[in-house]
Amino acid sequence: MSASNSILHVNQLDAWFGNFHALKNISVDVKDHDVMALIGPSGCGKSTFIRCLNRLHEEIEGAKVSGDVFLEGQNIYGPGKDPVVIRRRIGMVFQKPNPFPGLSIYDNVAIGLKLGGMRDRHQVEEHVHQALCGAALWDEVKDKLKRPGASLSGGQQQRLCIARALAVQPPVLLMDEPTSALDPISTGRIEELIQQLKATITVIIVTHNMQQAARIANRTAYFLLGEMVEVGQTQQIFEAPVDTRTRDYVTGQFG
Amino acid sequence: MDFAYRRRKFVNLVSLAGIFGLAVLAAVPFFVVSVFVLDKGLGAISWDFFTQLPKGPGEEGGGMANAIVGSAIMVGLAAVLSIPWGLAAGIFMSEYGDSRTARCLRFTTDLLASTPSIVVGIFVYGLIVVYTGFSAWAGAAALTVIMLPIVARTSEEMLKLVPDHVREAGLALGLPRWKVIVRLVLPAAKSGVITGLMLALARVAGETAPLLFTALGNNYHSESLNQPTASLPVQVYNYAMSPFEEMQQQAWAGALVLVLFVVVINLSTRLLLRSKQGWSS
Amino acid sequence: MSQVASTTEAIPQRSRRRDLHLADRIFYRVVKGTAWGMMVLLLSMIVVIMTMAWPALKEFGLRFFVTNDWDTLGDSFGALALIYGTVMSSIVALVISVPVSVGVALFLNELAPRWLSKPVGFLVEMLAAIPSIVYGLWGLYVLAPFLRSEVQPFLSEAFGFLPLFEGPPLGVGMLCAGVVLAIMITPTIASVCREVFAAIPVAVREAALGLGATRWEMLRISVLRTSVSGVVGAVILGLGRAFGETMAVTMVIGNIEQIKLSLYEPAQTMASILANQYAEADSDLHLSALTAIGFCLFVVSLVVNGSARFVVSKFEKRERGEV
Repeated sequence: MSASNSILHVNQLDAWFGNFHALKNISVDVKDHDVMALIGPSGCGKSTFIRCLNRLHEEIEGAKVSGDVFLEGQNIYGPGKDPVVIRRRIGMVFQKPNPFPGLSIYDNVAIGLKLGGMRDRHQVEEHVHQALCGAALWDEVKDKLKRPGASLSGGQQQRLCIARALAVQPPVLLMDEPTSALDPISTGRIEELIQQLKATITVIIVTHNMQQAARIANRTAYFLLGEMVEVGQTQQIFEAPVDTRTRDYVTGQFG
Repeated sequence: MDFAYRRRKFVNLVSLAGIFGLAVLAAVPFFVVSVFVLDKGLGAISWDFFTQLPKGPGEEGGGMANAIVGSAIMVGLAAVLSIPWGLAAGIFMSEYGDSRTARCLRFTTDLLASTPSIVVGIFVYGLIVVYTGFSAWAGAAALTVIMLPIVARTSEEMLKLVPDHVREAGLALGLPRWKVIVRLVLPAAKSGVITGLMLALARVAGETAPLLFTALGNNYHSESLNQPTASLPVQVYNYAMSPFEEMQQQAWAGALVLVLFVVVINLSTRLLLRSKQGWSS
Repeated sequence: MSQVASTTEAIPQRSRRRDLHLADRIFYRVVKGTAWGMMVLLLSMIVVIMTMAWPALKEFGLRFFVTNDWDTLGDSFGALALIYGTVMSSIVALVISVPVSVGVALFLNELAPRWLSKPVGFLVEMLAAIPSIVYGLWGLYVLAPFLRSEVQPFLSEAFGFLPLFEGPPLGVGMLCAGVVLAIMITPTIASVCREVFAAIPVAVREAALGLGATRWEMLRISVLRTSVSGVVGAVILGLGRAFGETMAVTMVIGNIEQIKLSLYEPAQTMASILANQYAEADSDLHLSALTAIGFCLFVVSLVVNGSARFVVSKFEKRERGEV
């Protein structure tokens, strides 16, 4: 693969919680407009991995990281790099919908823009509108933008969180099991949404659901006990895995 | 963008520094108060303070033996009256606490606990002092009313910390509910409950307002519980407001004793709890 | 089938089960009785104090609360100055204490590492353990002279045009009482704020950080804006404590029933006049008037604490249930 269309390049990444070695020597390349799924059993480092990509891992007390992550050619762990700036270039959607309880639907989406220093009201409105459309939520909330974000249903809240992340137009979106707290219908809508998103941005999604990975991702990585066992085209991972551990997992013989 | 970014960094720094400053402001008063109490109190305290009766105004020497004994008696009586009652109420709120009644009583207990202590003094004045005069009994009654809700709420909270599987294990053995509570749950919560009781004692030992017009005060040892009785906090108050330097000195000595008592109890219960927790986890 | 099983099992054990039930029932009744005792206690407090206060309330009616007249010799009583003293000293205390309490709560919960937050948290909590009388003594002999010689001259120079800082520096007075009260209510407000902040899920904080918020922006968006109602509850609880605080205030406020805007002037609060006069009331009406003030204090404390607890518990429920 050429370096030119690689948006994210991870080189020998290690992470710890205190003395627990949570990620071991991960190196991987993510290309522009990829949807990459991270699969594997619980507690194997998938979430830790994506939290290293926007430097959220280090917010936990006792957590440590070593290695390099290049976002658009710049090492986010390089000297003098400010996580605040990096996190604006790489959005995140969490496991449970977490809209800001004190803010309205509109403000939940606008907050990222306002933090970025966007003052012009029409400009903010335009971006909020775009983000809510992009998250397929606009039609449902256009008449109640002033209501609190928490008044929406779970699935709507999660799409609100996606809109919030999209509003600042990051080139990369991290999703940490975004549908695990949702019902099947909401899950379906979010999967559809991810399919649309890959036209414009790169998505890295953690999922515990292999069918979901097969449905939405063009590339898949399998994590086990802090190691990235195998990474490749989704079809190849599911149909012709190279590593026996991957095969055991995808054929359901794990554990 | 760059300007906005620098402004945000600046606001961030200033705000965090402000929060740090406020935290320092909050932590400083304890130092300031205890340093002055130590300084002035150590200069005034002596063995006589614990063993002698007060001298007349303007005279050197003397002590607060009567007040220390009076405080001990009234706090002791209050403990004897409030601990069984409060503990039982705590058991109800923790072990049978899901009902509407229990929630209502918990709320009542909270209200009692936050009633100004001077109001408790008035209550006891109307209930007892009006009929029998100022006495150690009346003082002890006031302290009981103050201590009761604290004992009830802290024991409730400590009992709630006992995991449910302890209760289920007991019930599964066929033990009746009351035996499960008395034999299994209470012992499991013992150190926490004792901690709560100690803190409640420390709190009432320093109470002044409810004693002002229930136990009143006394310059000598009281001969019975039906007489006006001195207490350390009230004596400190009276001496602090006196124009005589010697008495003010004694007030600082009394304050030192009170503060040391409170700090020692707080520190030791904390250490006790911490070692217990470390052992169990 | 289950019916058969239950009847065959029930017959031989019936009498013994009854005994168990009886012992359990007695135990339940006893502990429930003691808990109801709390209610009885609260109600009897209301009745006893109300009864004693009745003569004065009947004599003066509403006038009692709106006139400023405390004439123990002429047996004429109006509590306005005392209400003013209580409210004003509490406001001064809140103005000082609220930012400090919220700040220290933020620091301890959100910023400080464990090794620092534990001891500092202990220092703040200990403020609540020191007896009121000790604050009074310290306020009278240390703080008041310090205010008189250092702080008040400075305030007069900087803000002397405001009526709040008018007149000669006296040390003892409203300002001194407010500062002492502020110290005393800080642990209350701070600890409730800490509970409230702790009820906010980590995910809400990470949402802000994930958007590229600075630490302060995260605190503002995820913590402060989310917890407004809880913090209000904490402040009301602190207010309740300030209203009822007696000894420390009595010792540093100067004990004169007057309504002066200047914070340098001595004043009297509802609680402090009780400490000063209750044991030596001149007449039955005087005693009844004092009790009426106590009753008033009691009712205010019930309302204030009741509503604050309601607000805080509602906030915590919302946070637990919602996200």
